[in-house]
Amino acid sequence: MQMAPATETSVVSLRPPAHRVSGRAFPYWATRAAAGWLVLLGIQIVWLLLSHDTGALRVSILVGTVALAVLHVSVMPLWRYRVHRWEATPEAVYTQSGWFNRTWRIAPVSRIQTVDSHRGPWEQVFGLANVTVTTASAAGPIKIEGLDNHTAQQLIDELTANTQATPGDAT
Amino acid sequence: MTAVEMPASTQTGPGPLPAAPEWRRLSPRMLLVHPVIELLRAAPALLGILYLSRNGGAGQIWSLVGLVGVVVYGVVRWLTTTYRVGPEQIQVRRGLVRRSVLSVPRDRVRTVDLTSHAMHRLLGLTRISIGTGTSDRKGDNGLRLDALTVAEATRLREELLHRSTAPLPSTATATGAPPVAAAAGTVVARFRPAWLGYGPFSLSGLLPVVVVVGATMQFVSEAKLAPERLGVFTAVGDQLTRAPLGVAVAEVLAVCLVIVGLASTLGYLFRFWNFTLTRGNGVVHQSRGLVTTRAITIEERRLRGVEISEALVLRLVSGARCVAITTGLRVGHGAERGGSLLLPPAPRSEAERVAGAILDDPSIVHAPLVEHGPVAQRRRYTRAVVPALLLTGGLWLLHRYASWPDWSWQLSIPLVFLALILAKDRYRNLGHAMVGARLVIRRGALVRRRSMLSCDGIIGWSVYQSFFQRANNLVTLTATTAAGKQRYAVQDIGYHEALSLMDRAVPDLLTPFLAD
Repeated sequence: MQMAPATETSVVSLRPPAHRVSGRAFPYWATRAAAGWLVLLGIQIVWLLLSHDTGALRVSILVGTVALAVLHVSVMPLWRYRVHRWEATPEAVYTQSGWFNRTWRIAPVSRIQTVDSHRGPWEQVFGLANVTVTTASAAGPIKIEGLDNHTAQQLIDELTANTQATPGDAT
Repeated sequence: MTAVEMPASTQTGPGPLPAAPEWRRLSPRMLLVHPVIELLRAAPALLGILYLSRNGGAGQIWSLVGLVGVVVYGVVRWLTTTYRVGPEQIQVRRGLVRRSVLSVPRDRVRTVDLTSHAMHRLLGLTRISIGTGTSDRKGDNGLRLDALTVAEATRLREELLHRSTAPLPSTATATGAPPVAAAAGTVVARFRPAWLGYGPFSLSGLLPVVVVVGATMQFVSEAKLAPERLGVFTAVGDQLTRAPLGVAVAEVLAVCLVIVGLASTLGYLFRFWNFTLTRGNGVVHQSRGLVTTRAITIEERRLRGVEISEALVLRLVSGARCVAITTGLRVGHGAERGGSLLLPPAPRSEAERVAGAILDDPSIVHAPLVEHGPVAQRRRYTRAVVPALLLTGGLWLLHRYASWPDWSWQLSIPLVFLALILAKDRYRNLGHAMVGARLVIRRGALVRRRSMLSCDGIIGWSVYQSFFQRANNLVTLTATTAAGKQRYAVQDIGYHEALSLMDRAVPDLLTPFLAD
């Protein structure tokens, strides 16, 4: 197979999207992660109590889990908060998300099919909402997590207005 | 709500109906087909009841009740299913107790699939499935009428797909009448008996053979039959035990290969006999099949690209398949079932010719691709070899400390070499390019795919960078689309090259988000 040399590319980079998510996303992510770890720790403690001998292996697994949990809960939310950003212009929606691994998503507003908002139990506790933007592709919607309710509603109104102004969804 | 909702695509429930023609029924001949099919489907259960009650009792009565129930169900289904095609919408009414009306706007129709099983063909019937923009998703049966007469279905197809296209200058088929009511157009590809040679390499017979063998063994052990009493089996068993281990293994493998090869060839023959691909009047049309015939029509405007896919075994004999990247066809269960197939396993040159012809750009299949560079190459090796090494290491540790046998870790050593070969091939196949207004992506080793995706069809981008990719400034760029597999990824492309590619594919989208 023939291969062409790499094309000349001017050095361009993406700038981060304009807006950070709500500051309350920080405790929200921490709580959600901690809840997950607590379930795992609970199972391990029950497992430890039910056995008659104090197995060294079980104790060391438990200690390891606690260490990982503390590291995850203390590092992940801050890291995430520094990464997660979003922006909506009349032409496109642009998001940046992740922490260890990162994802940037861009979708033209003209291709948006639905915009909706979802508030899970933890999100309601912290007064947050997420905005989900779907296109005609089943490859996964663009999801903006950790917005405060007011901003989320504003974003939905704005996107809905912009979407209606541009026809076609390329299916 | 989180579910993906398509506005105005398919709604269940009665809506305001415009002035429309009267409701029509399915062909009355289906009164013969439905009960028979339902009966066949219910046969195992009915036989089971009959078998359990062979010593008298009420079982026989129950199985009779079941029989009548099944037949009545078939009749009721025919009576309660009606459809009509209005100027705006196609509507299907179903159900006796829970009535539902499925309405699909006519401008949502992307593909039409006519499938006739053996019974349908005997009675001159065909099942029509209408693909809309959403029907490629799971859990959506789309719009399916089972069944209409062939004439009626063909008329419906013409009506649905040829609504806005002016008739093209007549390019009537030169080589005889196309089979099963094909749309008029130029023939792009036609089945050749020589293609049957690619049948064994499609490996499509592997799964059926495994299923049949499994079922037979299950049956033998359940029924407490003793196959060793049969002379043939005894002779084979004796021969295998007497032969040296290597020879015995080779013999068994050879027999398996021959059986799978034969089954695959038979499957190929049944599915692709009479394969014809035509094009014209704004549609791409394929028809095929020996017993069950299928005729699938794709609206050309919705065709977002073509993919040439070569499974490893097929690649060994320079074979390839050609698949349409389009909306409105189910993709999850393999291209053959989904009907987006443009060419069954055939010579690669043929697949390339068909892809070029459908895309109106014969050079695109040979266009040189951009390499992804030494780091991407190294990542192919680490990602293939490290897991293999870990496996060998783990097995060695198990051997050392858990007294696992020697051969377990020794046997895993060749895997490391296989991984090396795979990695080499994976990198050689990796590449991308912009050719005209199309994004060309090639990747894979076990299945090598060259996807040629029209940039009009790209409805979003996803740039993913793992922790390890970040250190090397690589990303995985995914173009999302409503067609085909919904996502087409360029693996381990340089960050700046990815941005440049996005900018060339969909101009202006990226500009406001670039750093100064």
